[in-house]
Amino acid sequence: MYRSAVYDEPLLNELVISKKEKINTYTKLPNSLQKKKNIDIPDLDETQLVRHFHRLSQMNYGIDSGIYPLGSCTMKYNPKICEEIATWDKFTGTHPCQDISTVQGNLQIMFELERMFCDITGMDFFSLQPAAGAHGEFLGMMLTRAYHEDKNQGSRDEVILPDTSHGTNPASVTMAGYKLIEIPSNKDGTVNLNMLEEALSEKTACFMLTNPNTLGIFESDILEISKMVHDAGALLYYDGANINAVMGKARPGDMGFDIVHLNLHKTFATPHGGGGPGSGPVGVKIKLEKFLPIPRIGRTKDERYIFDYDAPDSIGKIKSFYGNFSVLLKAYTYIILMGGNGLREASEIAVLNSNYMKKKILDSKLYEMPYKDVRKHEFVLSCEKLKQERGIRAMDVAKRLLDYGFHPPTVYFPLIVKEALMIEPPETESKKDIDRYVDALIKIAKEDPEIVKGAPSNTPVKRVDDVSASKNPILTWKMI
Amino acid sequence: MKFVPNSSVKTLMLKELGLNKIDDLFLDIPQKIKIKGLNLPDGLTQQETEKKLKNIAAKNKSYNDFLCFSGGGIKPHYIPSIVKTLTRRSEFYTAYTPYQSEASQGFLQAMFEYQSMIAEITGMDVANCSLYDGVTSLSEAALMCARITRKNEFIIPHNISWEKKCVLNNYAKGPKIKIKEIPYDYKTGKIDIEELNKKIDENTAGVYIENPNFFGIFEDNNNEINDIIKKAGSLFVVGVDPVSLGITKSPGEYGADIVIGEGRALGNPMNYGGSSLGIFACKKEFLRQIPGRIIGITKDSDEKRSFCMTLQTREQHIRRAKATSNICTNEGLCALSALIYLSWLGSDGLFNLSKTNFEKGEKLAKSINSLSGFKLRFNSVHFNEFVVEYYDDVKKLNKGLLQKNIQGGLILEEFYPELKNCILIGTSEVHSDEDIESFVNVLEEVSNV
Repeated sequence: MYRSAVYDEPLLNELVISKKEKINTYTKLPNSLQKKKNIDIPDLDETQLVRHFHRLSQMNYGIDSGIYPLGSCTMKYNPKICEEIATWDKFTGTHPCQDISTVQGNLQIMFELERMFCDITGMDFFSLQPAAGAHGEFLGMMLTRAYHEDKNQGSRDEVILPDTSHGTNPASVTMAGYKLIEIPSNKDGTVNLNMLEEALSEKTACFMLTNPNTLGIFESDILEISKMVHDAGALLYYDGANINAVMGKARPGDMGFDIVHLNLHKTFATPHGGGGPGSGPVGVKIKLEKFLPIPRIGRTKDERYIFDYDAPDSIGKIKSFYGNFSVLLKAYTYIILMGGNGLREASEIAVLNSNYMKKKILDSKLYEMPYKDVRKHEFVLSCEKLKQERGIRAMDVAKRLLDYGFHPPTVYFPLIVKEALMIEPPETESKKDIDRYVDALIKIAKEDPEIVKGAPSNTPVKRVDDVSASKNPILTWKMI
Repeated sequence: MKFVPNSSVKTLMLKELGLNKIDDLFLDIPQKIKIKGLNLPDGLTQQETEKKLKNIAAKNKSYNDFLCFSGGGIKPHYIPSIVKTLTRRSEFYTAYTPYQSEASQGFLQAMFEYQSMIAEITGMDVANCSLYDGVTSLSEAALMCARITRKNEFIIPHNISWEKKCVLNNYAKGPKIKIKEIPYDYKTGKIDIEELNKKIDENTAGVYIENPNFFGIFEDNNNEINDIIKKAGSLFVVGVDPVSLGITKSPGEYGADIVIGEGRALGNPMNYGGSSLGIFACKKEFLRQIPGRIIGITKDSDEKRSFCMTLQTREQHIRRAKATSNICTNEGLCALSALIYLSWLGSDGLFNLSKTNFEKGEKLAKSINSLSGFKLRFNSVHFNEFVVEYYDDVKKLNKGLLQKNIQGGLILEEFYPELKNCILIGTSEVHSDEDIESFVNVLEEVSNV
């Protein structure tokens, strides 16, 4: 069985061996700005620091540690070459306000990347500015508003979502000032066309959809959905979190989507960095082009790359400068490496992995899978039966997986599946690792429930009490 | 070498599914929208890829290739090896958001330490573990002020970066927050306090002040500003350059309620402006209105100290439409760099870094001011950026500098028409005395008065 490194690693401030009392005052400043008290940050030696952070890293699980099948997160291997290239100082050492003639390499990458994304998604234009998927959604809502206001349809103030949507969707919608209409899904887990028809009106600004959806089901009625939405005068938005299922097979642009966001830290193999930085480029059809953020990147006849700020209808900006360039660079490198054929194969094998894994698990009859059978790159199991019969909940299974050295799937999402385990084994996982994961899931379902409910025990800490953390928040070392 | 191990056992796996070919897995996609493949060229080998990227990289100049003196809130800073070495440990950078606490104690503890450090240098009680950048941090702060006070106006100085205004306007649209501007004093470059007094009223949710401001100048009437803001029943939001906090009072010491800032300078490269690090800290009483991830201390089932994401009921994955923000992915790894960098500096190191940046700025400004044809636009104490007025066309000046392998200052008149022929120059600890000297010499040469 797996054993994680365990250190009772003190906090940085607890490592201090001598504390300084002197106040560093600086008299060249105006009197009112001079410090009256010292900044209390720990003074430590480099050896202490290296060991501290080295130990912390050893108490952290990443993709390089093993399979990480978080549903809707596409935790695929992050190629080392992409990481290395992104550390070259020819890229890292460029200032965003440098003269354009000195950053032609950066602009070429962004210019070409936009076109690569257009090919992959079937959209006409892209903006690389959003820093994350949710940020892309927010931009999508800004574009939606600009589009309708431009057509004197500013009274459209509702956005429709299916109940399987990612949490960021409703949050982005309300943050952008739209009213949210959530429609329940069909019995097979797809969009209920009757409900959609009922919800659509002259008030509808947009319908947001993930395809394949968060259950891993491809919305086969997509062309009909697209027609209904457009007939109602609304726009169709594609949450690209799940596009790893369809690259080179089908494109949101051809499905009728008007706005698309991609998550480069999912599909395009850039690392999540323990939370970020990410990147969430947004693609649009030509009718929305003039609203895209500034600057746009262009190319002159003599093949020089330029920034174009001349866009009077643009929504302006949603982030400083040009987006998370370092992430864009990694995604660009990844696409060059994979090529069109490689991306298509990535999607094919991701879907194969998911269906293979799903079948193996369902064959055991220990877990159930509500809704339609055909799945794409991910599938959602229910532990409801396990809970009823043996008292084992989805969270218990997740925690016990940690003892086997595996990262658990996404749990309790989407909300329409009881005791959900949402599993996504991307194309970078081998059959061997998938088999071992399935074996662990089967074993866990048969284990003594007390052991499972007491899990994990092989991790640096045992089951963490997050309820009391919220009741009595301790958020800095001063609050301890 | 590719990254798709199962392509070699495809047939075997398909057989287990009772299928013959891959396309049998895609029968649910309507025929009408199926494509045969992408138009992108086929993949390259790693060696070919590296070569291609090398050729593209060669079209760039980094601050190692030429001297870069552009201001605008971003400058090259020295990054110690320890930051690069430790953040490249792949247990950190290949991890997801730490939803599973037990497998993420390392990152969680580091983020807890980051929050502690940020709270300390800003003088606030609590901090989150990052937003996208300083610009979106300001926007989130404005939204938070409106939620807390239930008022719908937010006041900003005229002299903040145009990007900040632009992004803020977009974020303000949803909750219908009205943005009001107060002018700066044309002599001092500081905000006009009289105007603040006039503009602030019972509808003001919050007031934003930058210190140092966009012109690099320290706002030193903060107690007075704080009194005005508090009297109106609104909140005081302060934007900082964390590098300056080693020598200046922390915003908490002069009454700030929320502190935001761009934290890139703490151990992160410029990266052409992204990635970035949105600093966000505030007083404890506003805790439940903070946007983004927050890490807290708790216990495990053996009563051992442990760390976890906390107050998650504020967040989109639990609260959905009622979340305080839509943010999910943040800038975790940049926050880790900032933490390691601050720990490496220690309190003396941060003081010395601030002092060096102040003194480089002072030295460069004085030298330029003594050149004929150049003068400092404002007569106030500034940090490592400052505004210089040139007697002639600044575009021509910058062109001349570029020919001598120097990136000049940021041209301001596009955003501030009243600052004709003005440039924003920035320096930092990466510029040696020789660098500064050669910049000044070239300025003299190019200006040719």
